[in-house]
Amino acid sequence: MRILFFLLLSFLNLIYAHADEVTLIGAGATFPYPLYSKMFQEYYSIKKVKVNYQAIGSGGGIRQLINKTVDFGASDAFISDENLKKYGNNILHIPICIGAVVLSYNLHGNPAIKLTPEIISNIFLGKIKKWNNPAIATINPDIKLPDQQIVVIHRSDGSGTTFIFTDYLSKVSEEWAKKFGKGKSINWPIGLGAKGNPGVAGLIKQIPGSIGYIELVYALHNNMSYAQVKNKNENYITPSIQSVSYAANIELPEDSRVSLTNTDAEQGYPISGFTWILTYNDLSNLNRNKAQELVNLFWWMTHEGQKLAAPLEYAPLSPKAQSIAEQIIKKIKYNNEILWNTISK
Amino acid sequence: MEHNFKINKDRLYFRVINISPYFLIFLLASIYITLFIFSYPAIKQFGLSFITSSKWDPVFNKFGSLAFIYSTIVTSILSLIISLPFSISLAIYLGFYKKEGKIAEFLKTVIELLAGMPSVIYGFWGLFVFVPLMRNLEIKLGVLPYGVGIVSASIILAIMIIPYTTIISREVISLVPNDLIEASYSLGATKYETIKNVVFPYSLSGIFAGVLLSFGRAIGETMAVTMLIGNANSIPQSLFGPGNTMASVIANEFTEATGDIHLSSLFLIGLLLLIITSIFNLLGRVVINKFKIEG
Repeated sequence: MRILFFLLLSFLNLIYAHADEVTLIGAGATFPYPLYSKMFQEYYSIKKVKVNYQAIGSGGGIRQLINKTVDFGASDAFISDENLKKYGNNILHIPICIGAVVLSYNLHGNPAIKLTPEIISNIFLGKIKKWNNPAIATINPDIKLPDQQIVVIHRSDGSGTTFIFTDYLSKVSEEWAKKFGKGKSINWPIGLGAKGNPGVAGLIKQIPGSIGYIELVYALHNNMSYAQVKNKNENYITPSIQSVSYAANIELPEDSRVSLTNTDAEQGYPISGFTWILTYNDLSNLNRNKAQELVNLFWWMTHEGQKLAAPLEYAPLSPKAQSIAEQIIKKIKYNNEILWNTISK
Repeated sequence: MEHNFKINKDRLYFRVINISPYFLIFLLASIYITLFIFSYPAIKQFGLSFITSSKWDPVFNKFGSLAFIYSTIVTSILSLIISLPFSISLAIYLGFYKKEGKIAEFLKTVIELLAGMPSVIYGFWGLFVFVPLMRNLEIKLGVLPYGVGIVSASIILAIMIIPYTTIISREVISLVPNDLIEASYSLGATKYETIKNVVFPYSLSGIFAGVLLSFGRAIGETMAVTMLIGNANSIPQSLFGPGNTMASVIANEFTEATGDIHLSSLFLIGLLLLIITSIFNLLGRVVINKFKIEG
């Protein structure tokens, strides 16, 4: 009995000790999860504010934000105008970093191949069926391409990666846009589906003659070969942190809800996109302290936190993207008070 | 005082025991009802075309689940056909020929271990060990060497369900009264004839129950199937082609299903899966009762 009482007392003590410590809860995209968890770990060691992030997928993140079960959401695809209106037009998108999607393949000898938008869309439409197709051969004159069937591999689970990739396809191919469109899950005309980046990468490694799309981060970590892609300015761009960051150094709309695919940037890699933190414009449904901590966190993530991106192979915000992020954070209110004015940096 | 307390406890226990079965019925009913409520928007929008169309297009919000229903039933039945010869012979061996002894004990342990193995391990093993073998076979056969597909998924499913059928069938076979077996021997029957004419008819309904349980597992299996079936949301062109099952498409798409009608359609697939499982179970009950020998 005495022991029980003691246990109860120490338990109560535990609760009290943590009562004044703020914990922020977020949920959403899986793609930036390694970066976010590193950021939040660092943030805790500096500011002693705990951030609990659950990588449940962008869709789940948005749903939880709408149901107000989390303090912030995270997504790889921005909320459409229609849905934004439905939710009450009060959600802000803060860009945090830029992700890229690369075309990885399995060819004998791992040659470095070049691809054009037309070739990519025709492969995924099922029109280019063999690797030695003249269209591929003419732009890769130095490589001996095999007379081998192309096996297309795509994601089977709904994913922001698929969204970025099909958004690109829809921009470069009218036929794709009309028949299949862009989205997180697609009615693919051909190919095999695999779950997650590891699933797609696994199938590419196993099937000779296969091609699929995966995140740049994943390709770099697993030493997979990936193609150079011709961008809008007719330059062949190797996907890298640098060329992905360039892709976002363009004029951006003030709410940052923009797709970066097929970018106008001269040296920008054309298949990339922002990943966003989602928050309410007015945080007055939270307590004042928590709202302030959230704004502090967002500011830190878009500034000091950015230096954590490159070591983890994520592309940090370009200067233009960062200034847009600042403008957006400065809009966050608590009733009529701008929380940025009272920020602790 | 003490006495009263004991009686109350007894009564409490009795009540709890009495209520729990109803709780189970309530649970099943509420699962059905919630699934129905969540899938209602899809039912209203697509009606019967949800089962007759195989177009699954989340971008343009056109949903039909025929391809998934087809692949689900094909893989389950195929896996049953593949697994039955193995599981029945194993069950006869363990339930009739080698009822006791070290080998029997060892085999039993192995089978139970196989039954308890998480399905993701089967999927993993299948993807990295079995699929490359399958690919070599496909190259020899001259079909597109995907490796993954309907056949691969069915074979792994078969391996997964063999222990279930075996464990239950062995149990019922070993329950065949010794008197009957002895009587058969004394009439001059061989072991094979005894199995065929006495053991098998006697235990048929039990074996069928085991098969039913396995079928239930095969139809709802998600993880291993997702890893091996190729996840193409269309009706498979051949047995080696890729397809997708109902359970697998739900697991794949629900996390990122942002559209209301998309989510509702996934719920409707869940409801259909539950209905299909219930139908097969009820059919099974009828068959079991038909074969039952009163003993």
